[in-house]
Amino acid sequence: MLNDPKNYSENIKPFQPRIPYAANCVRAFLSGGLICLAGQFMETFYIHFFHFTKQSAGNPTVATLILLAALMTGIGVYDKIARFAGAGSIVPVTGFANSITSAALEHKSEGIVLGIATNLFSLAGEVIVFGVVSAAVLGIIRLFIEQFF
Amino acid sequence: MIFLYAFLVGGAICVIGQLLMDVFKLTPAHVVASFVVLGALFDAFGIYDWLINFAGAGATVPITSFGHSLLHGAMAEGHEHGYLGIAIGIFKLTSAGITSAILFGFLVALFFKPKG
Repeated sequence: MLNDPKNYSENIKPFQPRIPYAANCVRAFLSGGLICLAGQFMETFYIHFFHFTKQSAGNPTVATLILLAALMTGIGVYDKIARFAGAGSIVPVTGFANSITSAALEHKSEGIVLGIATNLFSLAGEVIVFGVVSAAVLGIIRLFIEQFF
Repeated sequence: MIFLYAFLVGGAICVIGQLLMDVFKLTPAHVVASFVVLGALFDAFGIYDWLINFAGAGATVPITSFGHSLLHGAMAEGHEHGYLGIAIGIFKLTSAGITSAILFGFLVALFFKPKG
């Protein structure tokens, strides 16, 4: 029965490791929340000392978090955090920096041009593609609708 | 109070991502891509600005804010220059994030050795 292609996904179920749904969610919540809390401290810092507004303070915060995440990926700490945190380390913008840095590091042996520079966006490119496509489409639709109201 | 809301909202967004990965078997790449699209969608209806006012970094740090700021920059220029403005302004607000990601990613890859 195991080789029955129709019920394959049913048949392999007993052989798959059980997913600890609740524990994964708690870990993702705590680690993701902590990263956002750290971001909030930075945001407050930038608002008070560099006169950013609440809407614009996200920019320097994101840049700082990306710098920290890139460094942590470089020294190999981010992978250890990611093993614990799951989505808590993927969903925040630090995960974006991690995917860029780790893809570049992985291909470092192929050289600076063909290795690092070419592969910088091999994992993170999808974020920019889907972001730009959806934002452009939604922007055109919204401008079109706003013309009539 | 904003610190508590940032923690709770940021954590909740990550839990949604974890559930998408565990229950619906999406890969991390699919989760991130759908979150970016969701962020743009939420901004199209004006929900995301409200969330940023409410939760601060809890809304600006998750990757959903990338979609939000793409559309936000596009709309700001779009109101001035029409449809062409969308292409002009789309990267205006995310420029800091993308620039720092390329710069720091490149520099770290240059100076660090791959682990494991």
